[in-house]
Amino acid sequence: MPMTLFFALLSVLMALLSAVSSWAYSRRALVEYLLNRIFAFDSSRLVKVALFLEPDYYARAMRIVPFCLLGVSGALAVLTGLLQLLGADSAAMILPFGLPGLSWHVRLDALSGFFFLVLGMPLIAVSLFGPGYVREFEHKKSLAVLGFFTGLFVAGMEMVLLADDTFFFMIAWELMSVASYFLVAFQHEQPESRRASFLYLLMAEIGALCIILGFGVLVTFAEGFSFGHIRGVALTPLWASVAFALGLAGFGMKAGLMPLHAWLPEAHPAAPSHISALMSGVMLKIAVYGFIRYSFDLLPQVYWQWGVIVMALGAVSAVLGILYALQQQQLKRLLAYSSVENIGIIFLSIGLALVFFSTGQSQSGALALLAALLHSFNHAQFKTLLFLGAGAILHQTHETSLEKMGGLIRRMPKTAALFLAGTLSIASLPPLNGFVSEWLTFQAALQANQLQSGVLRSFVPTAAAMLALTGALSAACFVKVYGIAFLGLPRSPHIAHARELTDRGMLAGLALPAALCIVVGIFPVPLIDGLRRVIENLTGAVLANITAAGWLWLTPAGAETASYSPGLVLAAFLAAGALGYVLLYRIRAVESRRAEPWDCGYGGLNAGMQYTSGAFSMPIRRIFDPVYDLRETLNQETGDSAGWRVTAIRYQFQADDKFVRFLYTPIGRSVTQSAYRLGRIQTGSIRTYLAYSFATLLFLLWVVS
Amino acid sequence: MAWLMAIGQPLLFILIAPLLTGWIKFVKCRLQNRKAPSLLQPYRDLRKLWVKETILPETASWIFSAAPVIVFAAILLAAAIVPLVAVNLPTARIADVFVMVGFFALARTFLVLAGMDIGTAFGGMGASREMTISSMAEPAMLMVVFTLAMSAQTTNLSLAMQYVLDSGLVLRPSFVFALAALMLVAIAETGRIPIDNPATHLELTMIHEAMILEYSGRSLALMEWASQIKLMLYGVLIANMFFPWHIATDFSLEALAEGLLAIVLKLAALSVLLAFSETLLAKMRIFRVQEFLSFAYLLSVLGMLSHIILEVYYG
Repeated sequence: MPMTLFFALLSVLMALLSAVSSWAYSRRALVEYLLNRIFAFDSSRLVKVALFLEPDYYARAMRIVPFCLLGVSGALAVLTGLLQLLGADSAAMILPFGLPGLSWHVRLDALSGFFFLVLGMPLIAVSLFGPGYVREFEHKKSLAVLGFFTGLFVAGMEMVLLADDTFFFMIAWELMSVASYFLVAFQHEQPESRRASFLYLLMAEIGALCIILGFGVLVTFAEGFSFGHIRGVALTPLWASVAFALGLAGFGMKAGLMPLHAWLPEAHPAAPSHISALMSGVMLKIAVYGFIRYSFDLLPQVYWQWGVIVMALGAVSAVLGILYALQQQQLKRLLAYSSVENIGIIFLSIGLALVFFSTGQSQSGALALLAALLHSFNHAQFKTLLFLGAGAILHQTHETSLEKMGGLIRRMPKTAALFLAGTLSIASLPPLNGFVSEWLTFQAALQANQLQSGVLRSFVPTAAAMLALTGALSAACFVKVYGIAFLGLPRSPHIAHARELTDRGMLAGLALPAALCIVVGIFPVPLIDGLRRVIENLTGAVLANITAAGWLWLTPAGAETASYSPGLVLAAFLAAGALGYVLLYRIRAVESRRAEPWDCGYGGLNAGMQYTSGAFSMPIRRIFDPVYDLRETLNQETGDSAGWRVTAIRYQFQADDKFVRFLYTPIGRSVTQSAYRLGRIQTGSIRTYLAYSFATLLFLLWVVS
Repeated sequence: MAWLMAIGQPLLFILIAPLLTGWIKFVKCRLQNRKAPSLLQPYRDLRKLWVKETILPETASWIFSAAPVIVFAAILLAAAIVPLVAVNLPTARIADVFVMVGFFALARTFLVLAGMDIGTAFGGMGASREMTISSMAEPAMLMVVFTLAMSAQTTNLSLAMQYVLDSGLVLRPSFVFALAALMLVAIAETGRIPIDNPATHLELTMIHEAMILEYSGRSLALMEWASQIKLMLYGVLIANMFFPWHIATDFSLEALAEGLLAIVLKLAALSVLLAFSETLLAKMRIFRVQEFLSFAYLLSVLGMLSHIILEVYYG
């Protein structure tokens, strides 16, 4: 067995072991019994075992062990990914599991290797963050359940990446979906969690159904169930389009592409924060992987119409996702909507790649695909960081609402500094990693000049215009998040008394993705070199130019056309910053002193004078009014009978998704109604059922004869 | 020599920017029948602020103290990649025009964060408005850039200017749209009338001033300087992208002198235009701004589409 595949399988095994070890958490007696059986005759070891089985010690160990195993799984996944990106050959084997004659095929190539890397990094961060974070559940909830399903969830995701036949792929996919359902439902004492998890399960299953049907179309025309058979399939354009549409619906639903996203902003905030990080950071990328695998690898040919549809959906998701995110007051919900936005950006790039590949511009197509893959990696990093950061705030203050936060930079300086890295990355500011992928997407869109069709040539830049709008809005959104949560004055007493994280693991869990955001932003070339290999392996297109100018430079289409050197930008920035610093604080510096800020003479600045989160995004709410399902109430209390003197104003708003009201609610209602109508045939009387049976029998006899 | 120019041009930006502000004020005063302050007044203001004591608000965190440095550095970096007196700028290779827009965004982000750091009502107000305006101005700016990059087949500013220079005087409809859009964006992004009024300290209308209200002394000087450089930067972009004639193409002394004279005259002319518009127009209500900016966005997209439809063809 090749080494990379071995590491990958070991990684899956570790995730499963993590699940098993969590299960042992609440079964101390059983573990004690087993250990006693094993070590019964060795008294020196027995002491250690006995120590381990002390209830306090056991609980602590069992809180940490599953996360250690997850961390090992993550490290192995990273190793697998790195080896694949460095040029290891793809490897395949058949596992002795599954149905007779339908054993599980596994295969590891550069694409799945890259997604192992995407999965591994957040997984390590989560396993560092987790032990400290779950402590608050320790006496309230079952950690065994949480850890068990976390392990299964991770194993499911890794198995999806390894699957090389439709059967195994669907098993792994369902394992991932169902395990994450239990994680979303973990805090089931809250009604929102129950509602969110039901919606999630429902949509995940509909999505899985679409994927099964899509595979069904492919398998019907191919000679077998394995991906190897499907790759050579010959399809008419009509059937290919049907298969593509089913795949887009299925994978798009899992990825949270609009309008199939409704579960996402419900489910991600409902789960515990480290699970939200895995769901947003990793699981959505697994859906992206599935879509890329499906459309670039399995489908025999791509058509430009598909690309246009994917681009349009991506652009809509990106713009609406960030517009909805801007109006959220719950931090985790805001982050979830921002995931919809980022998935939109990724799909926009994928659509661009489809357009280019289908029109024969494989160089530009490869560039667009590279932008999509790089953005997947980047989003995995900064979204993990932001969700874990939100988790850190939640853990320290039990607060999720932005409206109550403020001034945390003074109470939690380390968390604030790390969160800032994520904020700047997601706002795609140079020289961080989010900017690199946005820059590459723009460069790919600029290649639209090469397209023959005028319609496509004007469609691509229009999509780029949407992307530009998205970028600017996401900067506004995350500046708001940081400004409201971390800066200013605390808006509630428990925020004012928040304490910095003391758990080193939690801080390390935040620091790892933050460091990656910075390093990949400044030295993206090694990663991009690896991605070139992925794309070459997948599509055969060779991107010769992009890293041709050395390890400091990005030159996507030749040095004359465009070049960017983040390393040198950083150096110049530091030089300019040093100049500014010297000017400001060194040359004959004047003493500075602290004084009260200007409060308009009202005597004492207080937190109520600040802009709130809702107020900050109010202008955007007004400007983009038509996209929101807006409900506002304004209550005024007056001090005198004539109503002249207003003593208190209470303003509340809720800016909801229009899709929910105009798409989901009607569908839900009609399903319920038709269920009622169908229910009428269930009379409960045996005679009616006998009559049904008789009629069916007659019908069948008629059909057979 | 090229690298010497690359270092010299941003320094020139730093030195000339206050003069440009002074000149605009001068022309504006004259147009409004007022007595104008000296052209050197902005320098005097900066010097005065430089020696004054800096007062930090009690609630300020490190973001507040770091912001002036970051804003200044980001704007300076943007200035370093825009050819001022000579094309063939080696630094333009390090960061292309998208990165320049990114630098502006970086500067704006820290300006806004600094505004929100204190916890006053004004900071938040300015921050919210600035982000709203920029979230509509930045896409328009990017689309202008897109149009130019598609025409010139490069996003390298120096090469793009070279391209416009080489192709001579051609009337391109896309450039007309792009120029109009960029002018509107420049007005919005540099906080001029009718979007924002740099002269006002009227509490409910200010945007830029609201964010830097708590700054004093040297920090304020650095912030002001950065915004003056930004104003000049937009002027230079308009002048050199659309009318690059007489910019130096080699580094001989005559060529550089000619380039310098040309850019000074161009900026002076643009400033007169700005002063005229500021004299004729009144500041807009904040909720009219989106119409102004969506018009800019529309113009920029039209520019791009007209480029694609009218100017790109395959023989």
